[in-house]
Amino acid sequence: MSYKITEEGNISTVFLNGEIDMDVTETAKEAILPIIDSGKEVHLNLKDVSYMDSSGISVLIESHQRALEKGTKVVIKEVSKSVLKVIMMAKLEQILNLE
Amino acid sequence: MNLHESKDFLVHTSSLKEVRIFSREVFEKLNLDEDLKEELVLAIAEAAQNIVKHGYKGVEETSDRMEIKISLKDNNLEIGFFDKGKPVIPENIQHRKLDDIKPGGLGTFFIKQIMDDAVFKKDEQQWVNHLVLTKKI
Repeated sequence: MSYKITEEGNISTVFLNGEIDMDVTETAKEAILPIIDSGKEVHLNLKDVSYMDSSGISVLIESHQRALEKGTKVVIKEVSKSVLKVIMMAKLEQILNLE
Repeated sequence: MNLHESKDFLVHTSSLKEVRIFSREVFEKLNLDEDLKEELVLAIAEAAQNIVKHGYKGVEETSDRMEIKISLKDNNLEIGFFDKGKPVIPENIQHRKLDDIKPGGLGTFFIKQIMDDAVFKKDEQQWVNHLVLTKKI
């Protein structure tokens, strides 16, 4: 997995790329959580994430919940079909902010 | 088509990608529907992850290996997982309630959603745990 971050105003967009499993969740959290902690709105762009397992879903949940605690939000954008399927399997499509 | 393939992997998070590659290669041979193939890969990866995460919880480094066997006979898919981690007590395995939104606890739920059955067997003397996932395909 790799990532890049762009910033525009109070919104930071994290573009994740590749496969997200237990081996890379710490890297993903290290990219996402500090931005949330700074109070910025985070957009997670998942169009180039080809695979996500339950560990990746945990990152999405933790990010979402951390954002609520910090009074900001995480928006998940351009979810790939394969990742959307896993999000729906976890019945999180109504919980996470999907666009 | 009948098939029987197995491979062993170092018990480590870095092996999970190899597990997926192996699984995809096997399912390619079976000419499975792409969605089904990725579901099965997810189930296998979650079971392998459980070995690393729970079977070897608290173990920093190990040279232990886990083995995965994928068999298909008469449209019955059987996937075996063998490891030498902590003994699993099947009664203690529970996924979290889906309405209790928190990180973790979904791997076993995914496996149960995807597969027809998941059973721990006590038939392998050389291993500690033997999980068998089955699905009619």
